[in-house]
Amino acid sequence: MRFENLEDLEHRRRELEARRAEGARVRICAGTGCLAGGSAHVKAAFETEAARRGLTLGVDFRAETTGCHGFCEEGPLVVVEPGGILYRRVQPGDVAEILESTVLGGIPVERLLYRDASGKVCLSEKETPFYAGQDRQVLHRCGHIDPKEIDDYIRTGGYRALGTALSMEPEEVVRTVVASGLRGRGGGGFPTGAKWESCRRASGTHRFVIANGDEGDPGAFMDRSLMEGDPHSVLEGMLIGAHAVGARKGFLYVRAEYPLAVEHLGRAIAQARERGLLGRNILGSGMDFDLEICRGGGAFVCGESSALMASIEGRAGEPRVKYIRSTERGLWNCPTVLNNVETWANVPLVLLRGEKAYRSKGTSGSPGTKVFSLVGKVRHSGLVEVPMGTSLREIVFGLGGGVLGRGRFKAVQTGGPSGGCLPEEKLDLPVDFDRLVEEGSMMGSGGMIVMDQRTCMVDVARYFIGFLAEESCGKCVPCREGLQAILAILRDLTEGRGRPGDARRLEEMGRALSDTALCALGQTAANPVLSTLRFFSEEYREHEENHFCRAGVCRGLYVSRIARESCVGCGACKRTCPTGAISGETKKVHSVDPTSCIGCGACLDTCAFGALAAAPREGTTR
Amino acid sequence: MPRSCDTLSAPSCPDLDAILARHPAHPRYLLAALQDIQAAFRHIPREAMVRVAAHMGIPESRVYGVATFYKALSLVPKGRKTVKVCMGTACHLRGAPGVLEALENALGIAPGDTTEDGAFSLETVNCLGACALAPVVMVEDTPYGAMTPARVASMLEKERDHAV
Ligand SMILES: Cc1cc2nc3c(=O)[nH]c(=O)nc-3n(C[C@H](O)[C@H](O)[C@H](O)COP(=O)(O)O)c2cc1C
Ligand code: FES
Ligand code: FES
Repeated sequence: MRFENLEDLEHRRRELEARRAEGARVRICAGTGCLAGGSAHVKAAFETEAARRGLTLGVDFRAETTGCHGFCEEGPLVVVEPGGILYRRVQPGDVAEILESTVLGGIPVERLLYRDASGKVCLSEKETPFYAGQDRQVLHRCGHIDPKEIDDYIRTGGYRALGTALSMEPEEVVRTVVASGLRGRGGGGFPTGAKWESCRRASGTHRFVIANGDEGDPGAFMDRSLMEGDPHSVLEGMLIGAHAVGARKGFLYVRAEYPLAVEHLGRAIAQARERGLLGRNILGSGMDFDLEICRGGGAFVCGESSALMASIEGRAGEPRVKYIRSTERGLWNCPTVLNNVETWANVPLVLLRGEKAYRSKGTSGSPGTKVFSLVGKVRHSGLVEVPMGTSLREIVFGLGGGVLGRGRFKAVQTGGPSGGCLPEEKLDLPVDFDRLVEEGSMMGSGGMIVMDQRTCMVDVARYFIGFLAEESCGKCVPCREGLQAILAILRDLTEGRGRPGDARRLEEMGRALSDTALCALGQTAANPVLSTLRFFSEEYREHEENHFCRAGVCRGLYVSRIARESCVGCGACKRTCPTGAISGETKKVHSVDPTSCIGCGACLDTCAFGALAAAPREGTTR
Repeated sequence: MPRSCDTLSAPSCPDLDAILARHPAHPRYLLAALQDIQAAFRHIPREAMVRVAAHMGIPESRVYGVATFYKALSLVPKGRKTVKVCMGTACHLRGAPGVLEALENALGIAPGDTTEDGAFSLETVNCLGACALAPVVMVEDTPYGAMTPARVASMLEKERDHAV
């Protein structure tokens, strides 16, 4: 059914709302995390169990699959409505009980409920600290609707913002976005309205809008969850942008590793075309617009705007110099607006609620909310959305539940490979585009990686520089050669060949690289080195002077030592040691022979009592 | 599916003409066409590059440039299944290097290589977007979360059965 005008759309929405039966339903997460945990089998189990009891799905109760709920660490997740009862780690074998007790009887199954750090049972999402501290605006549909059904999107108010925008002059739409203060979520924080304005004004017959779904930062999956869990919100944002700047064609550039996102976006585009929300004369407004998906080829640099456009044009994804603005000469040299996926998903919110309401959340410099992916050594990995300006501490400890296992917090890394690491004493900083930059890090696109005392900061720097050296496109010399030179020093440090003065050399080379590289990849590539040097210089000193790695990560740069007072003599470490360096009788204090310990770290994480730690090798301490 | 097609006209080979026909003769579809060829042939055969260049009306050098730039494309044949080990930050911190080492030992190959029997190729990637399950390994499109060196053998066994 094609919508000829706005009334058709509104009529359909009311119809869907009225048709939606009250009563029980289960929401089964079919995001990538839960699918990997077997949620497809859980869905199937609901179907067979229903059939076995003579229940009709869709009548007696509904079993719906949704996109990622965010709490991936605890997946597969199943939520039973009404009441929002949250079940975690659900397996097909649990389904009969859920159906019997909760869906039909209204009684929760306690063993499947989540317990917080203090052991308190949390009945629903609202009671769970991970969700309770969030403010889900952009993600409000993720986990609640079936991303494969356009009707679910329309029923929950989807494409209304497009209606609002189409009733406005394009200039007015641009003015609203400017006034909202919306800034790009892709990392740079560039004002979105200003970008649109510049494209609108540029001369040219063809204009394009592009969604950047390349999401190259390792440890980040915000855009993936949006594309998979609420694809129409990205489409709607792009439609509004296209109306504002006068584009008739748009592209979604999606990362190679995201097959499910490509599938869901593809379906969304097909369904939007059927309804006349893409194509000619959209909603009777006279606007023509269509979208196409481009799959990335697996190159980090293709997330950079000019490289991404080169890639869409079918060329190798190499960036070009920045004095030409892509808003004036972008894709095929036509005026182009490129925004991040999450930025686009914010646009309908701005239009629907108006700029004032949008600005009421977040900080004055960075309005709105931001989605973060919280990963690494954190108790609850997953996706969270909070107002801009929320402190790092609130995100990592409040929502994330603090450090995983017995670990102690050491640092949180933000901003992707070219971001920075911040230590404990910076945890009260509010997270927005500007504050973290002042501390030598950056908010970036929203990846947040928690590190504990078993993380070596020199190894982290080596890891990121290795990543960037590999991904450098090689077009400019400072980036291509400079990163290799920096990497060589970091390798030496982590492999026991550190020399006094290495830290200083790293700093000099890092600054030179920042000053001379062609694109932002190279200009920011030294950040992981510079920020770890700034806050964790002690660890660098130990690596360069003592060939000692206190985290017990760099192989051979430490020996294991057992703290007598904590050892209970369980023998767990003894069994894992590949060289037989650990000895001791059961229930008696064990010890490590430092001459046979090779510093492999195998034993360090096995001790349930925290008795093992890395210690310097004899003769290495000055 | 054959492991490699030395001559593209061999009857067991995927249909290159059909792939080309799906892509309009415009350089803009070059990457997409090469991705499809990669999926069908498990690599980009030399002859296919020549044919794509002719189809799109562009120099062969440009096709070669694109085919060698993107990591998703390969000039040498890949195994029947690709084992992707995530070396993203979250996975790195939660022990991915150990998992990779175990896979290298179990398969007897380094990342980028293919086992002699053509069953598996080993690759490293930077984040599969399932970081909550770190460390993650993906065999074709099947993700394995919370991997440990000890689970490598059973994972390969399971995947190997499917491969026959
Ligand atoms: C090396 C490099 C990689 C980038 N990767 C991404 C990415 O994966 N996703 C993204 O949205 N932006 C990425 N960016 C930023 C884009 O160049 C661009 O600024 C952004 O997509 C603009 O959208 P926004 O204004 O909505 O943030 C990257 C930039 C650089 C220099
Ligand atoms: S995939 Fe299910 S909660 Fe994220
Ligand atoms: S870092 Fe491995 S899946 Fe994200």
